[in-house]
Amino acid sequence: MALITCKNLSFAYDGRVVVDNISFGVEPGDYLCVVGANGSGKSTLIKGLLGLIKPQSGSIQLGEDLQQNEIGYLPQQTTVQRDFPASVQEVVLSGGLNHGWTPFYTRRQKNMAAANMMCMGIYDLRHKSYRELSGGQQQRVLLARALTATRKLLLMDEPVTGLDPLATQDLYELVRHLNQDGVTIIMVTHDIENAVQEGKHILHLAGRELYYGPANGYLQTSAAQSLLGGAHHV
Amino acid sequence: MFETLAHMFSYPFMVRALLVGCCIALCSALLGVSLVLKRFSMIGDSLSHVGFGALAVATALNWAPMQLCLPVVTLAAFLLLRITESGRIKGDSALALISTSSLAIGVIAVSITTGLNTDINNYLFGSILAMSAQDAHWAVLLCIVVLALFILFYHNIFTVTFDETFARATGIRAGIYNMLIALLTALTIVLGMRMMGALLISALIIFPALTSMRVCKSFFSVVLCTAAVAIFSLLCGLICSYVWSTPAGASVVAVNLLMFGLFSLLGKLLRR
Repeated sequence: MALITCKNLSFAYDGRVVVDNISFGVEPGDYLCVVGANGSGKSTLIKGLLGLIKPQSGSIQLGEDLQQNEIGYLPQQTTVQRDFPASVQEVVLSGGLNHGWTPFYTRRQKNMAAANMMCMGIYDLRHKSYRELSGGQQQRVLLARALTATRKLLLMDEPVTGLDPLATQDLYELVRHLNQDGVTIIMVTHDIENAVQEGKHILHLAGRELYYGPANGYLQTSAAQSLLGGAHHV
Repeated sequence: MFETLAHMFSYPFMVRALLVGCCIALCSALLGVSLVLKRFSMIGDSLSHVGFGALAVATALNWAPMQLCLPVVTLAAFLLLRITESGRIKGDSALALISTSSLAIGVIAVSITTGLNTDINNYLFGSILAMSAQDAHWAVLLCIVVLALFILFYHNIFTVTFDETFARATGIRAGIYNMLIALLTALTIVLGMRMMGALLISALIIFPALTSMRVCKSFFSVVLCTAAVAIFSLLCGLICSYVWSTPAGASVVAVNLLMFGLFSLLGKLLRR
């Protein structure tokens, strides 16, 4: 049973089609990398998968045991967050809110948050302020928050943007371990070399679907050449 | 010192002003934490200008001020939120547009009816005598509602403020929280405006939150500290205003400014 099945999916803003007729599936344990140039519809697809915008046509079908709010989302960081006064613990705990509303966090939510902080190696930082952390540490915090929301599926929006090379490799390693533990990954990225190396499947968007298939066959395609060639010239 | 205080509390209007002031300061400070962090602080400022316009028109038409003020400011709050969210006109220009037009309408309304007299002065800079017993009831009620909201939905408010997209993705209806905060801000401004003044009320929203952010590191401590700073500044401001016969609204803002300076200094020292 697939976790997510998208069939002939199209999205439009104000009548202008930005994603046209894409079809792909995500199996449990998969590691799908979504690549494409700026404005190719990657962010739109993410919003669609999160249920924030409705498709113009086509369908997104979630697997039987996956609820719409059970997608662990790792968003791109916004300027608001960079100087937001919040402790690591507060941020990670807020991931657990999709388990139903209670005025206070339950013991179960707290335990889950603690376990995820340990898993991400940030438990010792839990009383630190989020804005005082390094970029890599902040990503670990947001990752722990996403895991507190769910361990079924992680949806990551350009997670390595703005990280230094060391922190980038560090993040890829973390994600690889999570995937090996059975967490399904969908990652939107500009980093094609690592996408091919780390991912199991590649979805290449350019408004429409240019490539969808196994990662190891992708580099030989003309789609990959167009993106890589473009990237090297810039 | 104690004699002065005792003397001050012997006036019923002073007691009322303190009560209403504390409620308004607490409400606006708590709402302000979310507004400031979401970069919406100027919404408070615009709403108070709209409030001034509505108040002036209501007086010109001989209506009860609340009857016109409340719906107009509420409507403006929803409108402003829409504009900032859709991004058609850049948020800050839209706010300036609405502020200045309401101010202009208000000034014209006042000058046609009574001429530019002490009334307009009271609207713009507030008057401690403007509070009625009814206002006091409303202020206490509003305060209870805002406190209840903050206690019951604290975690959701945090999540919506910190990361709205994530909040929406986990099934929190972020739009409702934004609306609720805008609505309560509108109420707070309408109630506090006549005491603090249309030009000064937004300071109560912005200052305490910014002040506590100089020092506090977690959201929870920011919220607690903001509430404390707001009430302390209000009490100090009103006492100063009584002792030195300075305008109440302006004195409260001046104390807030002083607190902001102190906390900035403290924050710098702590970070060393």
